[in-house]
Amino acid sequence: MGRVNFKIWRGDATGEFKEYATEITEGLVVLDAVHQIQAESANDLACRWNCKAGKCGSCGAEVNGHPRLMCMTRMNDVLAETPPGAAVTIRPMQAFKPMRDLVVDVSWNFEAKKKIKPFKPRKPDAADGTWRMAQTDVDRVQEFRKCIECFLCQNVCHVLRDHRKHDEFIGPRLLVYAAALEMHPLDVEDRTTDLKDAHGIGYCNITKCCTKVCPEHITITDNAIIPLKERVVDKHYDPVGSLWRWFHSPEKPSDGAVK
Amino acid sequence: MGEYQTHEHDVLVIGAGGAGLRAAIEAAAAGVSVGLVCKSLLGKAHTVMAEGGLAAALANVDERDSWKIHFADTMRGGQYLNNSRMAELHAKEAPACVHELESWGALFDRTHDGRILQRNFGGHAYPRLAHVGDRTGLEMIRTLQDHGIHQGIDVHMECTIVDLLKEGDRVVGAFGYDRERGRFRVFKAKAIVLATGGIGRAFKITSNSWEYTGDGHSLAYHAGADLMDMEFIQFHPTGMVWPPSVRGILVTEGVRGEGGVLKNSKGERFMFSDIPDNYKKSTSDTPEEGWRYVMGDKNARRPPELLTRDHVARCIRREVREGRGSPHGGVYLDISWIKEHFPNATEHIKKKLPSMYHQFMQLANIDITREPMEVGPTTHYVMGGVRVEGDTQMSTVPGLFAAGECAAGLHGANRLGGNSLSDLLVFGKRAGASAAKFAKEHGAGKLDPLAVDTAAMKALEPMHRDAGENPYLIQQDLQEMMQAKVGIVRQELELHEAVGEIAKLQARADKASAYGNREYNPGWHTALDLKCLLTVSEISARAALERKESRGAHTREDFPDKVDEWGKYNLVVRRGKDGEMVVEKAPVMPLRDDLKKVVEENK
Ligand code: SF4
Ligand code: SF4
Ligand code: FES
Repeated sequence: MGRVNFKIWRGDATGEFKEYATEITEGLVVLDAVHQIQAESANDLACRWNCKAGKCGSCGAEVNGHPRLMCMTRMNDVLAETPPGAAVTIRPMQAFKPMRDLVVDVSWNFEAKKKIKPFKPRKPDAADGTWRMAQTDVDRVQEFRKCIECFLCQNVCHVLRDHRKHDEFIGPRLLVYAAALEMHPLDVEDRTTDLKDAHGIGYCNITKCCTKVCPEHITITDNAIIPLKERVVDKHYDPVGSLWRWFHSPEKPSDGAVK
Repeated sequence: MGEYQTHEHDVLVIGAGGAGLRAAIEAAAAGVSVGLVCKSLLGKAHTVMAEGGLAAALANVDERDSWKIHFADTMRGGQYLNNSRMAELHAKEAPACVHELESWGALFDRTHDGRILQRNFGGHAYPRLAHVGDRTGLEMIRTLQDHGIHQGIDVHMECTIVDLLKEGDRVVGAFGYDRERGRFRVFKAKAIVLATGGIGRAFKITSNSWEYTGDGHSLAYHAGADLMDMEFIQFHPTGMVWPPSVRGILVTEGVRGEGGVLKNSKGERFMFSDIPDNYKKSTSDTPEEGWRYVMGDKNARRPPELLTRDHVARCIRREVREGRGSPHGGVYLDISWIKEHFPNATEHIKKKLPSMYHQFMQLANIDITREPMEVGPTTHYVMGGVRVEGDTQMSTVPGLFAAGECAAGLHGANRLGGNSLSDLLVFGKRAGASAAKFAKEHGAGKLDPLAVDTAAMKALEPMHRDAGENPYLIQQDLQEMMQAKVGIVRQELELHEAVGEIAKLQARADKASAYGNREYNPGWHTALDLKCLLTVSEISARAALERKESRGAHTREDFPDKVDEWGKYNLVVRRGKDGEMVVEKAPVMPLRDDLKKVVEENK
């Protein structure tokens, strides 16, 4: 494949693209190219990575404008889409505050996660003090638990990226997290009110951009967000249904309020 | 003392993989203030890479299993160099730790009656590994992380510790820098838990991430603590070998647990041709029996592909050396062949090994449901580490604890797959509890301002040096040298050379320079990591030189046999009075009579 030209973002928000070239051989991924450049000509080029196998979610960046994991993006695919003579561009995820080069400030995701009510299991119900769960019930949430927290979905969601609603909307990653908790076979917490109010699920207008970029192929919108929206609607906008549920609920809330 | 951002915690945990998180949670539960420092973002530590599962004698799949058999398997796997107290505690406490994880939200695959499913793994007599497909590590770290963030722990992300601070004999703090801005941080702590993982980055072909530079090992060593068993480095038999950029990335043992077989270029299942005596009784001698075992036939013996990792790695190396390797210098690992046995095998493979399927498809264009993978050994795990007391995990330095991969003892000369994740939980928990107790019993120490200033000055040296050498090149040279001379098979001359080369590399590292500014500057970080890498490399090389026999993961070409006399000793390495490295034999912990009986009964 030979020597390939790259344009890589250097610096913070006020930075610029700088040009580099490095030798690309068979099988290399974008992260290898960045590492080569780092070792050869830009020792101080900042990027995050850990596993190099698509498992830790550290290395998200925008390669030729597409949000991707650099470690799982092969150079031959990238070159195939790059116009002849043009350089491969790599820039940091755009929805977050740039820190340096390819590293962005993702701390908001960690803060926002803390505001979601944690897992709360029902009492152990098996004789040995543990639980029995059916594989089918487990399977339902496994998809969400595959999330590697790469935040690529957060990066493309227009509510965050363009409208900067970070204070009002938790974004697709954290909706996936909420779905994993809500649909956990043991969980008894109720997060629907929070989802509606604090977490801003209403902002999502199901554009599905998040689903398209998820490297774990989680069907974020159809499997996580839409069912959560249904729960919210169910509990909050359907007085008849709520009343019915209240009369039929095995454990009525003691204060008589419709939860 | 200069001006530094200072943090004060009762307990400081360094490292936020499984062991660190578990320790922090336990310490916080004991009511002390806890700080947790990690080099990466939270939840990215190497534990996410663990695939196969977590070993615990739950006896959900085979009711014959018990802690005793798990204990005996661990000791046999470790060639009896293990700290038997740790092996005992581990086998006894792992099941409760698994259930605890479940109570925090972890979701394991299930048996038909709804209990936690367990799978086969090398060296374990019964199906013992609780798992979630092939992403058990992710499940574990995420569960600990999501539970941990609600326990009032102060997390310092992307922060590297470069020095431990002492008052007299005891540790009282740590010094480091944050990666983001390059600002120095001083941590005052009454007790410190090291949970920094391993040393894989000292080698060229490794499954380990950049973080695995032996920080905890090196910090402990320089603080005067004993290290032990550092000659035992596990080369996982199955890493990817092609394309070159993915060389070393792990291929889970779960592939073999689910029926995957190893073949050479002649199509032979070569593992049948060399079964060690002490495993003959429990290993099948026909493919047919091996398959029955995989399918759960309790009367069948396990296939030889599930022998211990050290042995499988050596067999693969032999095949390649003798010219029966695959085109890229590995052997074949085939799971697609199970199609011969059941109709929906393709779906089954994708369900049981989803990330392997994904990984090969995306990185190597190989569909593992149709064709074999090419695999070869990769540096995976270090059995050696900080020498700790079995019950408390305290090192020989008061106030300094260690848990997980950076501690020694549980695994002896060779670790069984699946015993690492359970190790993290059992001993992370113990270390956290003991550190909290220590913190409650001891007041805050005093930091030596001079030591802090010296640490800061040293850390800045590479930035102040102009026109020094590129630290990446030094790191690469070290990795190549270690791979060649302190790798799977070792010998006197090369080990001697290795020690000499490390000294030369050290001299180069002392002159390395980093350009750019202090903000998120990986060149500077690499220059600082060299100290740890060189320290652990030298420790391992010297220990390997000393142990003149082949045992477990340590193979000497010039001493190919196991020597009974050597079975009586662990090798301990510490810093001598004048800063020289001392390697010393220490008698293996004697087996208590009741445990001796357990070992005998299960031989
Ligand atoms: S579907 Fe919703 S969450 Fe996903 S990108 Fe669109 S608006 Fe954002
Ligand atoms: S849901 Fe997918 S895209 Fe979003 S953080 Fe998780 S893995 Fe990444
Ligand atoms: S480095 Fe872990 S996902 Fe890319």
